[in-house]
Amino acid sequence: MSERAAAAATGVAAVAARTLNKTFGGVQALRAASFAAHAGEVHALVGENGAGKSTLIKILGGRFPPDSGTILLDGEPVRFSGPADATRRGIGTVFQELTLLPWLTVAENLLFGREPRGAGGLIRRASLATDAEAVLARLGISHIDPRAQVAEISLSERQIVEIARVVTKKPRILFLDEPTSSLVEREVAWLFERIRELRALGTAIVFTSHRWNEITSIADRITIYRNGSEVGTFTEIEEGEAITLMTGRRVDALYPKLPLLSAGAKDMLALTEATIPGLATPIGQPASDLSFHLRAGEILGIGGLAGQGHRELFLGLFGAPPLARGKIAVGGKPLRIHRPSHAINAGLGIALVPEDRKTEGLLLPLSVRYNLTLPILRRISRVGVIRAPTEGRMSREIITALGVRTPSAAQRVGALSGGNQQKVLVGRWLLAESRILLLYDVTRGVDVATRHEIYDLIMRLAGEERAILLYSSDTEELAHLCHRVLVLRDGRVAAELVPPVLTAEAIVSASMRQARAA
Amino acid sequence: MPRDSGEGAGARWRSPASHAFGQHIGLILAAAILLVAIIIFSVMFVIQQHRLPGNFEITSTVNNTMPLALAAIGQTIVVLTRGIDLSVGGVIDLTNALAAILLRPNLGNQLAVSVIIILIGAAGGLINGLLVGLGRLQPIVVTLATLSIYQGLAIRVLPQPGGAVPPGYTGFLVNPNAPTALVFLLIAIVLWLGLRRTRLGVDIFAIGADEQAAIALGVRTVRTKIIAYTLAGALYAIAGLFLAATATAGDATTGDSYTLTSIVAIVLGGVSFFGGRGSAIGAIAGAFIITMIVNILFFAKINPLYQAFYEGLFLVIAVVLGALIGRLVRARR
Repeated sequence: MSERAAAAATGVAAVAARTLNKTFGGVQALRAASFAAHAGEVHALVGENGAGKSTLIKILGGRFPPDSGTILLDGEPVRFSGPADATRRGIGTVFQELTLLPWLTVAENLLFGREPRGAGGLIRRASLATDAEAVLARLGISHIDPRAQVAEISLSERQIVEIARVVTKKPRILFLDEPTSSLVEREVAWLFERIRELRALGTAIVFTSHRWNEITSIADRITIYRNGSEVGTFTEIEEGEAITLMTGRRVDALYPKLPLLSAGAKDMLALTEATIPGLATPIGQPASDLSFHLRAGEILGIGGLAGQGHRELFLGLFGAPPLARGKIAVGGKPLRIHRPSHAINAGLGIALVPEDRKTEGLLLPLSVRYNLTLPILRRISRVGVIRAPTEGRMSREIITALGVRTPSAAQRVGALSGGNQQKVLVGRWLLAESRILLLYDVTRGVDVATRHEIYDLIMRLAGEERAILLYSSDTEELAHLCHRVLVLRDGRVAAELVPPVLTAEAIVSASMRQARAA
Repeated sequence: MPRDSGEGAGARWRSPASHAFGQHIGLILAAAILLVAIIIFSVMFVIQQHRLPGNFEITSTVNNTMPLALAAIGQTIVVLTRGIDLSVGGVIDLTNALAAILLRPNLGNQLAVSVIIILIGAAGGLINGLLVGLGRLQPIVVTLATLSIYQGLAIRVLPQPGGAVPPGYTGFLVNPNAPTALVFLLIAIVLWLGLRRTRLGVDIFAIGADEQAAIALGVRTVRTKIIAYTLAGALYAIAGLFLAATATAGDATTGDSYTLTSIVAIVLGGVSFFGGRGSAIGAIAGAFIITMIVNILFFAKINPLYQAFYEGLFLVIAVVLGALIGRLVRARR
């Protein structure tokens, strides 16, 4: 690593930024930002959400121009006329917001802009799928159907298609903005293999991630950003030191202490013999059945590989759409949950913080206040008219209690950083006084500092005797944040892990062992 | 990459036919509704006329549908970009009026006038496209405004219904003796299938599916939108020519109803109003469904005064049934 880094430090940078400035509606995203990456190196770009990483990548990927400053390719100043121009110059970018087109097939997306052509220059639609299959196969992907519409495939599969689309063009400079946020470990391993191949070919690879173990396992150099500028570039740096540089303050222990679970805690949520809808059942086996109890003050983790029914389980408990079969009891009373309003108004109140907060949780163009009070409008209304002072007071209380960083309750939610959006979502259900919280990958794409605040928040919620069902794509997180973890496989519980065997390794090995056995 | 599940790759993939079915469900439903409408009409026809519908019925149905089918193809192209075009009626009014006063019996004149009128329609669409694309204005507001403008121009061109369309012109476009106009629809379908296989066609679908993503993929969204609206305008002009040929005279208000019926036709044809999904073939089927509903009402001896009521009723039933079946099919997969 040091040898490569040394070589990199001396040559001319494949891509460099000098004193870039960019302002969005009064918010300065980049201030005199600099950056340089060399051919044949893997360069990690780290920083809190809102530090300017994505803005930098978008500018260097030709998505939009900087307000001022210079972009250099191999030492030559360039101006991109658009993303297509950047692509022509050998730059490939996997943007954080995926750019797949939902109603086109995987094949059409994968080969977008370079479709196979036949007579008269017309696209040969007949060979799209087979061409795409070959492209995927070359990259070692065999589980994604090129004929499926993107709208039909899972988030992690979409991320892989997006990566494949860019990687297969063999770019000279490759930007990956949070490529791993929706991937599970084996998919991350696949990605890193591709990154190593490209590095060997002399590609300059720049990627962002909030997972420190990923950064140290593959990055040759690390550049830290804070508040829109470069803080420094390092070949070796300890996580604690990096976090201090990223946040400008010290962060204590990575994971908080779990609140004690009292022995007599009562059942809040019981699921018996549920069937996950839409999950392929291996022939010859009975339909999946899934049972568990969730007690007051307990944080129950749900682990396992992607596509094993986690998402469907969380959505099912919220009635969106309901589980195919099985009984749900809330606070000991049987309950039918056919739609979210049933869940929200159930005896103890069930709340879901979904995977895709931008489309499933928040109304981005509307205010923080609106988003917070949406489920409780009836409660804060008199004769059908919302009592504005009450609404204002309640939303301000939540903003303060959760430390949502927003100029005011009237701020558009879409303008907040990912972590703060997540807090608004959690805050909404605190206002709704939900006692059962379904937290689905709540720290995905959230920066280190905010992540700690969310951990603390989860502990506080459990301490208040709320029952929490937690899924995370980060196995370390599951192992450290939960009293108990159920590893799912084919929509059934494959293993139940409790301390002292509750470790990230145990979760991974339980998922893997099951996968091999099938 | 190691797979998440232990099953074989092939087992989890649906067959290409199954994918095609799911991805063309709107088109399949439109065809099914059309088939049902044709059957109902034929049964009523046989009961009253004691014979099957013949050449005359088919020819008049095709000729009556041509303007709407063309307008619906134009509307489809615009709606695929997640836009909407309300100026359809105005462009048809204007081009219809121009055709009635400009067309003369000689072939040279007819050729030149047709081309000029199509270019005028395209210019009308270009104005929409420039305002929507370059001006970044809401399509509904832009085209509502230009609808009024084009309607006004049409009245200026032809204040009273009149003018005359030479019989030769009528015979060529809408032959009253045989459904030869189907040839033009066939050409339209072939051109549509070709468009889907060009950069422009792919870009139109991309913009409608996700404009931001399309920009990131290097699609020139402004240019594509301008072309889409311009193409649509040209198609409305052709619709205006067919309408003039059918009526053999001009009327500066005859196109007004096409704004709404073109929208109804594409909805029946399975084109998504959220953009990025749909087909001109479905839109053509939708246009035929509307004509068949009118035909059925005629044979049901519905008082013409109540015709709009029943038309609306049948449309609601067709749309509701279509949506229900579509949802059922998707839920079972």
